[in-house]
Amino acid sequence: MRFFGEPIEFEKQAGIGSPAWRGRADDGEALQAFAVAVHRNGGRLAALWGEDRRKGGEGFRLHVAFGLDMGHAWLGLDLPAAHPAYPDLAGIFPAANRMQRATRDLVGIATDGGDQRPWLRHGAWPADWFPLRHDAGGGRDFTNRPSDYDFVQVGGEGAHEIPVGPIHAGIIEPGHFRFSVIGERLLRLEQRLGYQHKGVEKLFIGMNPADGARLVGRISGDSTCAYAWAYASAVEAACGISPPPRGLLLRALMLERERVANHLGDLGALGNDAALAFGFSQFMRLKEDWLRLNGKIFGHRFMMDRIVPGGTALDLEAPALAAIVEQGDAVGREVKELKKIYDEHAGLQDRFLTTGTIDADLARELSLSGVAARATGLILDARVHRQGYTPPAPWAMLGVRPATDERGDVAARAAVRFAEIFESLRLLRELAVGLPDSELRVEVPPVPGGSGLGVIEGWRGEVLVGVAFDDDGKLARVHPHDPSWQAWPALEHAVMKDIVPDFPLINKSFNLSYSGADL
Amino acid sequence: MIPMLKRILRTGIVSEPPPAALAAEQREVARLGEEILRILGRALTIRQVDAGSCNGCELEIHALNNPYTNLEGYGIKFVASPRHADMLLVTGPVTKNMEHALKVAWDCTPDPKLVVAVGDCGSCGGVFGESYASCGAVEKVIPVDVRVPGCPPTPVALLQGILAAVRR
Repeated sequence: MRFFGEPIEFEKQAGIGSPAWRGRADDGEALQAFAVAVHRNGGRLAALWGEDRRKGGEGFRLHVAFGLDMGHAWLGLDLPAAHPAYPDLAGIFPAANRMQRATRDLVGIATDGGDQRPWLRHGAWPADWFPLRHDAGGGRDFTNRPSDYDFVQVGGEGAHEIPVGPIHAGIIEPGHFRFSVIGERLLRLEQRLGYQHKGVEKLFIGMNPADGARLVGRISGDSTCAYAWAYASAVEAACGISPPPRGLLLRALMLERERVANHLGDLGALGNDAALAFGFSQFMRLKEDWLRLNGKIFGHRFMMDRIVPGGTALDLEAPALAAIVEQGDAVGREVKELKKIYDEHAGLQDRFLTTGTIDADLARELSLSGVAARATGLILDARVHRQGYTPPAPWAMLGVRPATDERGDVAARAAVRFAEIFESLRLLRELAVGLPDSELRVEVPPVPGGSGLGVIEGWRGEVLVGVAFDDDGKLARVHPHDPSWQAWPALEHAVMKDIVPDFPLINKSFNLSYSGADL
Repeated sequence: MIPMLKRILRTGIVSEPPPAALAAEQREVARLGEEILRILGRALTIRQVDAGSCNGCELEIHALNNPYTNLEGYGIKFVASPRHADMLLVTGPVTKNMEHALKVAWDCTPDPKLVVAVGDCGSCGGVFGESYASCGAVEKVIPVDVRVPGCPPTPVALLQGILAAVRR
């Protein structure tokens, strides 16, 4: 199969997961031409990562995943071991910038131009050492030298900088924000991330698939189900197996419970950041009820390690399913009431409306996915039918209704969360009452040399995992990709017309992951 | 305004004098709670530092502030600066990229200070361990008084850890 008349031949990935086609670009020019065609046709840059294949006598491989209307196009570009360089894609897809820099820091394959500042490498290891190369060794003996970073400077009379972080004022992950301001007005925000980089991708190398599942569930704790499922889906595609129906639906049930838990917390925190402590208390109470039921029926408040390659690691009995339905009804009633209070609260709406705005064109340009993209009006949700796209099982039969809002501001991102809670509650009821009888899990046969791609619509956005096995059936390379890669730059744009005191609210309305993108 | 007041009245006070679930643990927490109030006179301030966690521990630390656990009811408050803090509540593993910032935060915390290492990662490095990018457990970087294992530890376990540190 070919896309957009480009010469690259694609083949559909096996299995019942999210639709993906894989192809190989002959050279950098072909990759660039394909990227241009994807961009022209309204597609996204979904992920970009590198792989050292020199062990098998090859060179390096650049992986680029594009989000198209009908699914994902997963493109490989082989690069020579001696001179692994490829064309800079950031001029086509701005989202490529940080991914390319991270790929250079970790694998040592670089673009032949563009932004060459390090991204994940701060000073813990030297510039000529690359952790994901198979001959890199452990790299534990380097002296940690905190480094400077070349921020873009804003000049002019009255312009000054406010540096914030890496340790922020709240209970939140670390990262550095450099604000350029005049008075209280924000002229520019530049983020420097990577503080959460803990070498996750290197840890995957040589692991067996089961250990990989445990690790992938700890990349971003708030999205453990989304990551575990995306990883399982990639492993299953590589092995040519499918999870049994009951296991599949249980996964969906856990994913939707994860979505509701996070949306409840975010709506509470949004109230809090706009000085409505009432909203915080009410939503945090509901979230705690939600997590307690998780703890009771899943044995873990965040459902870690319950989704595994081949299916799920646990079953739910009838009383647990009844409790899910009952809780869903109760929470639905309360959230409806709270939505009315939020909608009618003048002080809250005054803070929410027209604050932190991005429009659909910018969202598309930045390859944004998830809540933030849907809050600009884009119907982008891996669970939802759209023109040319049929969602994978079990979403197709559930008929998921997308939640969108065209305002693109904090209010829109709150509104999308409200709508998604109601839709998830509907899905949870359908899933809980219609759970089919079957096995939970199938065996995962070792597949030497296999590879696969998994894509799941997490609560924040598109979670993508690429998996490759070595000749012994161990993991050769796992690349987990968080939607925050694309959304962090969108936040830089969203704050530009606003004032410093609005930043916490705007930031919370995106609620992005540091750990997920720092790896 | 009226719907809000109604909602507040209907919700009532949900704060649980010691968290639910484990009776023995509850009594222990309550006893420690009384002790801490006696020792500190209702003023323990905590600076939380995420030195590299997956954010799972932070979710449970957030839960300490929900109306059920209501940490402020025990006189314990999260503060924005280590200079205002009696205790650092640190999640890990400590990444190499956060090593320096964590040391600075520790230096800025006035003596006498307490450090509680949170989670399996903060306590012993967890699934991430020590590597080119990770220092591992919090105690590899700053002195630790109490460890609270768990992945992530529940709010009850966190509360116990905080109170245990104060008892020392």
